[in-house]
Amino acid sequence: MKRRFEVVVSLRPGLLDPQGKAVESALPAMGWTNVSDVRVGKHVVLTVDADSEDAARAQLEEMSRRLLSNPVIEDFRILTSQEVPA
Amino acid sequence: MRRPRVGVVTFPGSLDDRDAVRAVGAMGGEGVSLWHADRDLRDVDAVILPGGFSYGDYLRCGAIARFAPIMEEVVRFAGAGGPVVGICNGFQILCEAGLVPGALIRNRSLRFICRVVDVRVETSLSPLTEGLTAGDVLQIPVKHGEGQFVASAEDLARVEGDGLVVFRYCAPDGTIDDAHNVNGAADAIAGVRNEGGNVVGLMPHPEHAVDPDVGPTGGQPLLASLLSRALAKV
Repeated sequence: MKRRFEVVVSLRPGLLDPQGKAVESALPAMGWTNVSDVRVGKHVVLTVDADSEDAARAQLEEMSRRLLSNPVIEDFRILTSQEVPA
Repeated sequence: MRRPRVGVVTFPGSLDDRDAVRAVGAMGGEGVSLWHADRDLRDVDAVILPGGFSYGDYLRCGAIARFAPIMEEVVRFAGAGGPVVGICNGFQILCEAGLVPGALIRNRSLRFICRVVDVRVETSLSPLTEGLTAGDVLQIPVKHGEGQFVASAEDLARVEGDGLVVFRYCAPDGTIDDAHNVNGAADAIAGVRNEGGNVVGLMPHPEHAVDPDVGPTGGQPLLASLLSRALAKV
């Protein structure tokens, strides 16, 4: 059974996010002066072929811990899970 | 006397591998080229993971290189006490592999930085600093976009408490201040070692600082230390 997942990887809350800061400082120049706390992360979409949703999810969590994110600086969240029609 | 053999790993996208091999030779050692897809360290006495942009820095700097076949051998070599040095991208790979604490993120300035900096030696307990004294200041170039050292509060406390900091960015007289913290690193950290004292990662490039004809020579004592550690291990 194939499932399509979306994972979001983001810099941990305590850490300074230089990319987010750069985006934040560009916004006022375009007239938006009411924006703060911008954080930039990564959006990963992938398909896992496994026996069950639980198995696919467990595998994805391990992959996210070991490769998609670096636990020293990042958190990850699985956003959506959708069965792919055969 | 036998010349110490220092292996330098080439990953797809490594840039400073040839410079590292050459610098080892200039300092009296034998530079040995190693290939990322091999599982053979060719009987070397020390390993350098060089700078560059392995795998295009995709996902995170060092994140893919860390899983290269040769890294299993490097991890085994390090576990057995062998001296391992990661320079710049090599430092990022060591962090991703969990061989040294912390991680490296985008520079505080958001700019790529390429210039000679002053770094202060913090400990002689590392493969690069055995012949040096804490407080020594060396001139070495940096060239990186993602060299800002970070760690969780607990990890940083451990790094400082256990004396794992090997280098800090400093003023020419050795003073640590924010103005000379070139990339905004936590505690101005430019290099750290593991608990065992045989693995060290640093952002500055000692291999680019051995030839007086092309700039400062702050890399000489570091590579000399590595060569003597490599010989001691034999």
